[in-house]
Amino acid sequence: MIPFLALVRKDLKLFFNDRRAVIVSILVPIVLASFFGYLFGGQGGNAETSKVPVLVIDQDGSDISRGLITQLGSDKNLDVKPSTLEAGREAVRKGKATAAIVIPKDFGTDAGHALFTGATKPELGVLYDPSHNVELGMVKGILSGAVMQAVSKEMFTGKSGREMVNESLAQVENSSQMPAENRKALRDLLGGVKEFNEQQDREGASGQGELSGGLSMPYQTREQAITSGQNVEYNGYAHSFGGMGIQFILFMGLDVGIALLMLRQSGLWQRLRAAPLSRTMLLGSRAVSASLIAGFLLLVLFGFARVVFGVHIRGSFAGFLGVCAAFSLMTAAFGLMVAALGETVEATRGYSIMATLIMVMLGGAWVPTFIFPKWLQKLTVIIPTRWAMDGLDGMTWRGLGFSSALAPIAVLLLFTLLFGLIAVMRFRWRTEG
Amino acid sequence: MLEVKGVTKSYGKLIAVASVSFRADYGQTIGLLGPNGAGKTTTVSLIAGLLSPDSGEVLIEGRQVKSDTDPAKLKIGLVPQDMALYDKLSARDNLNFFAALYSLVGAKARQAITEALSLVGLSDRAGDKVGTFSGGMKRRLNLAAALLHDPQILLLDEPTVGVDPQSRNAIFENLEALKKRGKTLIYTTHYMEEAERLCDRIVIIDHGKVIADDTLQGLHKMLPVTNVIVIELDHTDGFKPEQMLALSEVKSAALGQGTLRVGVHDLCRGAPGILRWLAEEGHSYHHVSSEQPNLETVFLTLTGRSLRDS
Repeated sequence: MIPFLALVRKDLKLFFNDRRAVIVSILVPIVLASFFGYLFGGQGGNAETSKVPVLVIDQDGSDISRGLITQLGSDKNLDVKPSTLEAGREAVRKGKATAAIVIPKDFGTDAGHALFTGATKPELGVLYDPSHNVELGMVKGILSGAVMQAVSKEMFTGKSGREMVNESLAQVENSSQMPAENRKALRDLLGGVKEFNEQQDREGASGQGELSGGLSMPYQTREQAITSGQNVEYNGYAHSFGGMGIQFILFMGLDVGIALLMLRQSGLWQRLRAAPLSRTMLLGSRAVSASLIAGFLLLVLFGFARVVFGVHIRGSFAGFLGVCAAFSLMTAAFGLMVAALGETVEATRGYSIMATLIMVMLGGAWVPTFIFPKWLQKLTVIIPTRWAMDGLDGMTWRGLGFSSALAPIAVLLLFTLLFGLIAVMRFRWRTEG
Repeated sequence: MLEVKGVTKSYGKLIAVASVSFRADYGQTIGLLGPNGAGKTTTVSLIAGLLSPDSGEVLIEGRQVKSDTDPAKLKIGLVPQDMALYDKLSARDNLNFFAALYSLVGAKARQAITEALSLVGLSDRAGDKVGTFSGGMKRRLNLAAALLHDPQILLLDEPTVGVDPQSRNAIFENLEALKKRGKTLIYTTHYMEEAERLCDRIVIIDHGKVIADDTLQGLHKMLPVTNVIVIELDHTDGFKPEQMLALSEVKSAALGQGTLRVGVHDLCRGAPGILRWLAEEGHSYHHVSSEQPNLETVFLTLTGRSLRDS
């Protein structure tokens, strides 16, 4: 036991003696987590998001197209500016605008006819930046609503609509083939619309009423963030500190592996191997010290997030500690596996950084996993970081109980076992002569 | 005490050591002499239990080291060729750590550390970080770290590599003190003067094989010459040293950069005849001296190659 404790104590001493490295290990994830936390909602999820820049090219110049532009401009999510076709295309190509909407000539007339008669629908051109697919979906949704409102408003109460009602009334009167019952019904309908319009005009002229706004969305949404409890706002820093903590602790684990690989080529390794120490003790002590350092870093990061950004452990504190401990052990085992599988330091560093980044990315530490394709989301269940993220999210802002931490803890411990076994089986103990 | 019996170790097709055998008794210093890559470090690693031999055996007091935790390892102290210290820890913290690896703690550890630091003359720097030490000081601390558990056998793998003459001398004095305490030292080097100064027996290794194993005197007896006459010629144009082999006293003759080196068995009988022959042949000279052959000459004689060129 004395040698084991000495090995662990020595590793901890070496880590904490290097104050610059300790500060960097803490400071870098804090800076990045603070940045990502701010981007993804910050405290209370009320951080102001930037508007989507959209250009509109109006080739129609009708009341409908002007109404459409007004509707789009009133949306809080869009920053709408007029443009020409060439300038709009260039701006999208350069990434200065997410989309450019082209309203073609006669759009107003054609859209009005299409609304009532099912005539050929006019096309609205949408030039878009393919790197902004997510925003494109939002722009198209807002555009649909705005078109419906602008076109229906004009067709029910505008000049174009009145002309169309008069035209239709005349057609009904002159139609010899239409059955008398139908003619009467249509005459009553169109006559009613005409009379309604005239009444609107009179009220508008005397200032007694407002003109109708045409069709509008027949519902409203009431949004409620489901967090750990009522009146508990979502704190984006909880996720970002978990994500960045996981990323940098994995890198720390990687460093442990690389250091072990380098140690194996040094006189120190010969001296350790010459002492009456078992292999399990040599690797086990390294795993324990790396786990302690990883746990320490996680706790410091969340401590900072608690004090500065108000990140609370809303769920089970024991579950939080369990997830931290299991992830720390997994990290240490991952480091040992890197050392066991590595050939040269340089090559190992390269492929293990790649493996770490993939684990971090697929684990949802950078961006939430819901934006991944379905098949990829299914695949992430074999990524240990995904479980660590789920566990930390669950114990922090989701406010889940200890039972919800059991699955992440169990899976992380299984990964620890797997990586540890690979490390012990594949570690090359040979010292070159 | 220590017996290496027919030990062979290969890495794939490369035979690092081939059937190496020698023994070392209490208080003896055995020098493993050979060029870089000869197999010295592999031999030391096999003795320390870092490697398992493909065949043969290493016996410590008649017992093989059978596992990583075999208590027989307590009898061995290893001073690796590469520095085996933590630069970011103080000398005392380093020694505390290495003592704990042998379960030495408390008063016993403190006493062992004090004695080791005193032996290598670093008591006054015990609290300083090793990273601030000179190369020579690190080498001395590297030696001290191997002494803490008071091993009977000390394996020293080129312990003076890269140190200044003063530090080298200090290390030699430390080793001589250990030898006086009855420790068995196995000392690998490719510096012949180190082997000549320290070792009771010298095992010469080349290409993984033992090519000689004897005392310094015994090795000298293997030489065809016991003395070398060194003559600095005024002119060397047309001089053919092989002509001198016709003289009965001359065993070898070589010319290089104006210096003629002639090997003889008997300096008193050989020198007059050689100088007379030079005068008769019209070769003038301006300086004459004599040399004792050294291990370099032995290695050259045994392998046909210079120790440093190998």
